[in-house]
Amino acid sequence: MSKPEDTEKKILNKKLKDVEISIPIVYGNISFWLGKKANEYQSHKWTVYVRGATNEDLGVVIKRAVFQLHSSFNNPTRVVESPPFELSEAGWGEFEIAITLYFHSDVCDKPLNLYHHLKLYPEDESGPMSTKKPVVVESYDEIVFPEPSEGFFARVQSHPAVTLPRLPAGFTLPPPVPVEDASKRKRGDTKDHPLSQWFMNFSEADELLQLAAARQQSW
Amino acid sequence: MDAKDILGLPKTPLPITQEKKSQPKKDSQRKPDGISREVYALTGGLAPLMPSIDTSQLKRRPPSDEKITWQWLPFTNSARKDNLQLYHWVRVVNGVPPTGDYSFAKYNKSVDIVRYTDEEYEKYLTDPTWTKEETDQLFDLCERFDLRFIIIADRFSSSRTVEELKDRYYSVSRAILLARAPSSGDVSGHPLVKEPYNVSQEIDRKRALSMVLSQTKQQERKDAEVLAEAKRITESRMAARGVEESTLHVASNAGPEMAETATNVDGTVSPSSNAQLASVAVAPSTSVMAENASTLASLRMLRVYLRTYALEQMVQAASSTAGLRTIKRVEQILQDLGVNLKPRVPTKAVCAEHLELRKEILTLLNLQKQLQYKEAEGSSFRDGSYTEMPGTPKRSHRDQDGTFVPDSMSFGGERAGRRDQKRKGPGRLSEAPSSPAHKRPRKLKASDL
Repeated sequence: MSKPEDTEKKILNKKLKDVEISIPIVYGNISFWLGKKANEYQSHKWTVYVRGATNEDLGVVIKRAVFQLHSSFNNPTRVVESPPFELSEAGWGEFEIAITLYFHSDVCDKPLNLYHHLKLYPEDESGPMSTKKPVVVESYDEIVFPEPSEGFFARVQSHPAVTLPRLPAGFTLPPPVPVEDASKRKRGDTKDHPLSQWFMNFSEADELLQLAAARQQSW
Repeated sequence: MDAKDILGLPKTPLPITQEKKSQPKKDSQRKPDGISREVYALTGGLAPLMPSIDTSQLKRRPPSDEKITWQWLPFTNSARKDNLQLYHWVRVVNGVPPTGDYSFAKYNKSVDIVRYTDEEYEKYLTDPTWTKEETDQLFDLCERFDLRFIIIADRFSSSRTVEELKDRYYSVSRAILLARAPSSGDVSGHPLVKEPYNVSQEIDRKRALSMVLSQTKQQERKDAEVLAEAKRITESRMAARGVEESTLHVASNAGPEMAETATNVDGTVSPSSNAQLASVAVAPSTSVMAENASTLASLRMLRVYLRTYALEQMVQAASSTAGLRTIKRVEQILQDLGVNLKPRVPTKAVCAEHLELRKEILTLLNLQKQLQYKEAEGSSFRDGSYTEMPGTPKRSHRDQDGTFVPDSMSFGGERAGRRDQKRKGPGRLSEAPSSPAHKRPRKLKASDL
């Protein structure tokens, strides 16, 4: 390996201390009752997914997602190599799905695990089942990288999916190095996703207000 | 038991019947074969894992074709210089006495002391603090007593310390070796040359050893305590240093983020919560800071984690000193306040607020508990009768579990009255609540708009 490449790698791999990169995500499932088309093994059609909280493309950070399904499924380990990171299946049972997120090499070499309990049946069992209105369960969370490398920071600093702090004044970053061929990739965001009409809204403003009010009350 | 047997003392206060009972018991427990009971008992009465003695060999008789006699015969010892002849019993096999030197002669070893000539003394070995006579005497004694310096020091004519004698002996021997060697390289491997005797070091070492040996148990314990305390202090100091950097950064990071959310919301919520964050970052005691610091440090180690996981860890760290009942009470209060036990939108800001709220509730509960204890003490002292004392604390406890907490949590006008009542009691609570209390009602009104 020639020297300039080595030093470049070193610069890119240098960790930024006290700088945190966080990716707001939403993960969960949407499930539709199959109605007349249902049989005893497949009563619902469901999709489990991980999306950006504002529906931005997560492919900038996540390289692949592995969904571990119940062992009764064929090939229960489903690998999704490109965004949108989702998996659709048909079945009758509710179970815990383990989602393992693998990141690009300049982001993090350790994978992250999420756990989601697949929900098919509505809470309110009394109402009529509809094939038009799905059962939706989503959870908001944030992937936090406490000490990101400079290369990673530089690459994502203007991407809408990523939350970055402002760097201290005078801090210069190395030029960003692309991780994959952008032209080859198809669109990875979920803004116009077919199921996007069911996506839930997560606004921190409401929760912040709630918490602030509570803190004032307790005195 | 057997020692008492030998001495002829009674074994136990009980009569001989006890003896008879224990004897058959012992016989039935006996396992050895070929070894006597007493010998076996030396091992603790149990068979060793690996029998070191092959018991079958023990009772073996010598082969019967040999004719063994024992004879009282004279012998000499090659280790002696005086040809003394003594007699002892000798095992004679078929009329042939054993040959060879006295079997213990080989143990007569001595140390090879280097002896110098007078010339050599004049040339290399003179020393201002040592006369030639003394040095000669030293070497004689060394040879005679095989370098047993304690004895040599005892027998030495003038009073010299063991270290002085050793020093003189080793330096003389070293000098002789070096002088006699054809080149310095030849003897460089010799231990005397490689590691010269260091008097001062030896004196210090022995002094330190004797100090350690003569330490009483109390001193040992004290030393161990001091060391443990020092370790704890250095660890917390390191943690505090880490926390200082990170809390400062959290406060400053929270600053711009707070400003951003303020533009989305009404702008009134953020400044107060930011001020609260900053003051809380400064205020906590060292133990809480240490907990936070270690959690933050362990989170940083992870390289990637979920915000909810981080919040869980921080909540656990903050509640580490609280019992299960207190934690349940905190959760109950959160529910009463209409706050999700696990935030629905766990952003960085939300998690920080949530954590602070929990900490505030914990502080509140702790203060309430302290207040109650103090009130109970106060009332029992006022009454002055001992019979009432056990009763009063219990009563206030029951109050606390039942009606006290929810009452203090009620919102609206009656709170003000209750708060004043509480503050009139001990003066202690007046510090913290007063300033935010002034700020808060105003802020609440503004956000309602």
